Amino acid sequence: MNRLHRYQLADHAILILGILFLVTPLWVVFASSTYPAEYLIRHGLQVIPGDQMVETYWSVLTEKKGFTEQITAARMLLNSMILGVGFAIGKIAISMTAAYAIVYFRFPLGTFLFWVIFSTLLLPLEVRIIPSYKVVADLGLLNSYTGLIVPLIASATGTFFFRQFFRSVPEEVLEAAKLDGAGPIKFFIDILMPLSKTMMAALFIIMFVVGWNQYLWPLLMTTNDDYVTIVYGIKQVMQNLDESRIPEYNRGFALAVLALLPPIGIVLIFQKMFIKGLLESDK
Amino acid sequence: MKRVHFGHSPIPYVFVLPQMLIIGVFFLWPSFEAFRLSFFLEDPWGLSNQFVWFDNYWDVISDENYRAVFFSTVIFSAVVALLSIILALLFAVKVDGLLRLSSTYRPFLTWSYAIAPAVAGLIARFLYSPQIGPLYDFLNQFSTDTWFEPRLDAMDAWLVLASGSIWKQISVNFVFLVAGLQAIPRNVLEASLLDNPNGFRRFWSITLPLLAPTLFFLLVINISYAVFETFGVIDTVYPFGPPSGAQTLVYKVYVDGFKGADLGGSSAQSVILMVIVLLLTVVQFRYIEKRVHYT
Repeated sequence: MNRLHRYQLADHAILILGILFLVTPLWVVFASSTYPAEYLIRHGLQVIPGDQMVETYWSVLTEKKGFTEQITAARMLLNSMILGVGFAIGKIAISMTAAYAIVYFRFPLGTFLFWVIFSTLLLPLEVRIIPSYKVVADLGLLNSYTGLIVPLIASATGTFFFRQFFRSVPEEVLEAAKLDGAGPIKFFIDILMPLSKTMMAALFIIMFVVGWNQYLWPLLMTTNDDYVTIVYGIKQVMQNLDESRIPEYNRGFALAVLALLPPIGIVLIFQKMFIKGLLESDK
Repeated sequence: MKRVHFGHSPIPYVFVLPQMLIIGVFFLWPSFEAFRLSFFLEDPWGLSNQFVWFDNYWDVISDENYRAVFFSTVIFSAVVALLSIILALLFAVKVDGLLRLSSTYRPFLTWSYAIAPAVAGLIARFLYSPQIGPLYDFLNQFSTDTWFEPRLDAMDAWLVLASGSIWKQISVNFVFLVAGLQAIPRNVLEASLLDNPNGFRRFWSITLPLLAPTLFFLLVINISYAVFETFGVIDTVYPFGPPSGAQTLVYKVYVDGFKGADLGGSSAQSVILMVIVLLLTVVQFRYIEKRVHYT
């Protein structure tokens, strides 16, 4: 019994060390964001929060002091929100309808289209960034929400997620609906969509975080400050800081904290759904 | 496919149309363009285009610098993938072994999924910053000269990039490994407890083989993360470019194509990357799915 107890103690110690490893960097960034810039330069990063929190965050959110002094953090957060929500909803919409067609209909091109969709899993956006950029530029979509969101949707993870789920829906559901005289569209809207609520929510959470965290694509797409997302914006702001005499590290840290809060909040609040979505969408 | 279907109608075409349109315009077209451009030599002003067969590929492959980047990408990906899986496995096994409190620990090990690679890069940059970084001071206190200099030395730069990339990646692996551990039948574990009282050997000979499918799946996911998504880490730790010798293949595609305006060479690199991903996927489907069983 005593030995068992000691083992358990060691296990707890390892887990607590692991948590410290994950949490400490973020905590240090947060605590440091609440000090004046001069203080940080003189004394280094801080562990205990200071008293400048409200001032720093308020000025970051409301003052236009970024790349070309054209955008506030509040606007960057809004852009990120549009990207995250637009990406998640767009992905759910197109992949649900496509999966519905593939699972519930037998049509001549079905198998072929399935393989075309499947092929998108093989090649991530990163391997074709330059031609993708050219296509979007040719279509006149640079510096627009459409150009920011739609090319990111062109991958099939969501379709597979719903295909898997629709296949697990019992055959009897369709049989009963057919007996009641429901057509394909009525069946989709009145029966399948309500059944998929949990799955839609789970995928939404994952895709929101994925969309919010995009970096390379927004970097290529946006040359106009109005469309800068917060994840991309911090880099520009920090780049500016490096060149100034007294780098305002506190403002940079505040931006990093603001960029992290929404996705972390969603993951923690909807933890069960997030785990469900992650486990079933990544396969 | 379902046994029961709807009859023939144009409806399925309408339903797949949005996805096919997006795939056609933003996936098939650019992928084809990458392929096509890789056979052309474009002058820097974009005025003339010359078909050069495999010259771009030949230039890329015979470039010593490219081979060095290729080699370091392989090492970097292996280190990031293995270390983040091993650390996550350690935490997952410990959490799974706890009778009580295991659900208290879980959120603390899960939340970091939400960190963007770019933000992880920024945080790493500050922690290792010569001006304010505690880790920079810590690593340099062991010697009188500054032997740790991530702004100049490629090896030190890789350390910064790898630690940032691993830090962000542990939680994904943790979630999958906890689920994998829970899927192992309890009676198997209880039976092995009777046969083998040594905890480590039990883990090595029973738990690990049963986890193999999850581990192989994670290996592929992590390698593709380390190759592709760490661009965000590199570009935020080094907004003006990393020290020479510390870049990955994706970073080089970006630099050569956008900053260097070498479209043909960059496209040839893209196509080589595509082939690598295809091989990875084939390995995942062919080899791993067949070899790794629950029996």
